[in-house]
Amino acid sequence: MNLTLRVWRQKNKNVNGKLISYEVKQVSPDMSFLEVLDLLNENLVKKGEEPVAFDHDCREGICGACSLVINGIPHGPDRGTTACQLHMRKFRDGDTICVEPWRAKPFPVVKDLVVDRSALDRIIQSGGFISASTGGVPNANSILVAKEDADRAMDAAACIGCGACVAACPNASAMLFVASKVSHLALLPQGKVERARRVKKMIKQMDSEQFGNCTNHFECEAACPKKISVSFIAHMNREYLNAHLQP
Amino acid sequence: MKLDPRIPEGPLESKWERCKSELKLVSPANKRKYKILVVGTGLAGASAAASLAELGFSVECFCFQDSARRAHSIAAQGGINAAKNYQNDGDSVHRLFYDTIKGGDFRSREANVHRLAEISSAIIDQCVAQGVPFAREYSGYLANRSFGGAQVSRTFYARGQTGQQLLLGAYQALSRQVDAGSVILHTRSEMLDLVVVDGEARGIIVRDLIGGKVNAFIGDAVVLATGGYANVFYLSTNAKGCNVTATWRAAKRGALFANPCFTQIHPTCIPVSGDHQSKLTLMSESLRNDGRIWVPKAKGDGRPGKHIPADERDYFLERKYPSFGNLTPRDVASRSVKEVCDEGRGVGKTGQGVYLDFSDSMGRLGKNVIEERYGNLFQMYEKITGENPLETPMRIYPAPHYTMGGAWVDYHLMSNLAGLFVIGEANFSDHGANRLGASALMQGLADGYFILPYTISDYLARTKPGTVTSDHPECKRLEEEAAKRLKKLLSIRGRRTVDDIHRELGTLLWNHCGMSRSEQGLRTALEKIPELRETFWRDVTILGDREELNQALERAGRVADFLEFSELMCRDALERKESCGAHFRVEHQTESGEALRDDRHFKHVSAWEFKGENQTPELHQEPLEFSNVELVQRNYA
Repeated sequence: MNLTLRVWRQKNKNVNGKLISYEVKQVSPDMSFLEVLDLLNENLVKKGEEPVAFDHDCREGICGACSLVINGIPHGPDRGTTACQLHMRKFRDGDTICVEPWRAKPFPVVKDLVVDRSALDRIIQSGGFISASTGGVPNANSILVAKEDADRAMDAAACIGCGACVAACPNASAMLFVASKVSHLALLPQGKVERARRVKKMIKQMDSEQFGNCTNHFECEAACPKKISVSFIAHMNREYLNAHLQP
Repeated sequence: MKLDPRIPEGPLESKWERCKSELKLVSPANKRKYKILVVGTGLAGASAAASLAELGFSVECFCFQDSARRAHSIAAQGGINAAKNYQNDGDSVHRLFYDTIKGGDFRSREANVHRLAEISSAIIDQCVAQGVPFAREYSGYLANRSFGGAQVSRTFYARGQTGQQLLLGAYQALSRQVDAGSVILHTRSEMLDLVVVDGEARGIIVRDLIGGKVNAFIGDAVVLATGGYANVFYLSTNAKGCNVTATWRAAKRGALFANPCFTQIHPTCIPVSGDHQSKLTLMSESLRNDGRIWVPKAKGDGRPGKHIPADERDYFLERKYPSFGNLTPRDVASRSVKEVCDEGRGVGKTGQGVYLDFSDSMGRLGKNVIEERYGNLFQMYEKITGENPLETPMRIYPAPHYTMGGAWVDYHLMSNLAGLFVIGEANFSDHGANRLGASALMQGLADGYFILPYTISDYLARTKPGTVTSDHPECKRLEEEAAKRLKKLLSIRGRRTVDDIHRELGTLLWNHCGMSRSEQGLRTALEKIPELRETFWRDVTILGDREELNQALERAGRVADFLEFSELMCRDALERKESCGAHFRVEHQTESGEALRDDRHFKHVSAWEFKGENQTPELHQEPLEFSNVELVQRNYA
């Protein structure tokens, strides 16, 4: 396959960027999307041009480092798939493919396709945990968890923290990300003790990072590589309301 | 140099208790005066940093990723072992100890492995308390499954994402300490060197990957939790960023490197599809519980798998190892797969693959049961290959996955350099010559939650805090040295890319220091590696600047270290004239082609001392004593 890539190039956060077109030839349908960027970079270096910077690490869809908007869709056209697991058999010879970084105010561009997602870490730091210090905890089987609750908690906990939900949302809302952690922990008996405090602190931090609110577009669920359901946002709203109703 | 492993006296079962009771403590009021630098935020690093901060120490923590949550522990799929005996199938601390030491082919320390088995249970308790959503039975109790190399069900799991969930537990514990102000976290920061003052580790040299600045960080102890070096092979199941730099830099400053040739090749990975391949993807070992591995009996049988009748298939693991069948340990399974492919019976486009077939278990249990158990893995397989394992048998082939070798540490997890602690995959301590499935997560968390916090306190209690400050001349010297190396890399401007040279190194090692090794092959590799290193420093090209985000420059530094380290790996493989676990020397095998150990000459840890650039490293031996297990020829038939 021969492809045209239109790639966002931006030297650093202080200057403006623009889309630049590159031809990439002899692309195999068995290649992953990132392997096409590797190929482009090898060609660029051989021509003496600086390679395109992009975040990636595990390349098996779990670390959450990928952050590419491909043809306008975070992680590209394949449902439930990170960019690293997107394979070129989903494209056709002669295609022009546009590659941009996550676009959201709380995720400033660092360089080319690399963005700063530390806002998500700060939300977890504000309360996305159970305060169990090492040692002094009970025997694991003394805490019973109904299978349905464990399964549902796992559905939420599957979030890889990539930020595609934010990139897909017209409001740049991080509510699916926050809701998945709030729900994961609130669904488990271990997490119920701190549930009110947790949801309040996390939402406060989310707002202070300038993420927008949810207006039910559900683009987040459509873009989520782990197919996390927007029903968790409803769950979080319920948690939030309950937290404020408590004396 | 005399190696003192500091193994406590007394019976095996009470060594750890005895050690703990004799360790010195730092008083609560003084803890915050001690600064500990933790490099790496995987299971070992994050759990250690969080636990140390909870105790009251000042912690600074570093990772090269943009978030601590992205460390490669996240990718572990299958599970974590613990001797809980929840299934009432006869499991015990002793059995987990014995399986691990036997699985490691009797090349690990009895005392360390026993401690690991003792602690395993507490890890599960801790993770459950943190909210790790382990699989449950309808009763609400924890579920278990069995894993390669074991005959009991002792593996706890969270779907096919156990590593992710355990890491998020540790990451959340770490995040809590960041918020509390007890951990300062530096992301996108890479350690480039170790600061040693008067023989003690006192700091690290770090490059800020965004701004490019190189700075020294000083502490009272340094903890390396920087993972393994399987990426030396270029193609491996490791994340692209995994590297040997931290432990190798420490080795160049005097820390011994142990058993570098013990590298594990995992049997169940998706086969290579072409030259463009940038990494290999693991398919969890748990698939071997329900999948049967086979190849056609006839060479060059070109028919699609499902059209080959049962009597023309060779279920070679079941045939050779009837009692363990498809659940033989990884090293044994990998070698058998290679053997049938070398005979010309491999499947797929390249002939480098065997079938992992679920049709029998789908018939027995129903398609939906198999889909529920492995659905996410099947989807991943389908995304990569375009084939659905529910319809066509999966194809697998072995790939480099884990490295048992690492920095030499004593029972306290401290290297021969005082003040330098090495935990998780980065050390050599617990897996001997081969690691069993679901044991890596166990070791990472045992080290980080339950061993290091005790042993490091003992070291600190004997040290005055803040003896070295960042204006020490050694900091300045090493900062300049690291900057000079970066400048040099950028100034070469040759014709070859970093990846191109890394790929060549990988192929060389895969051929000569991979699944099977021969004296001749290792000698060839030892000749060619220095040539390739010379090519690198003469002909590599790295564009861009030093004081900005420059991913090619990051990779170049790591590959330059692989080009030095790989020589030590081959030298160690050459020196170990026996086969044990994952280290298979063709000259040393039984009549049936199994690994043949030589306990008389090689019942030791090989710990290598760096003696200078282009100098032969010096080998130190730590003899291994086995007083609680009988050294047997591993037999999985």
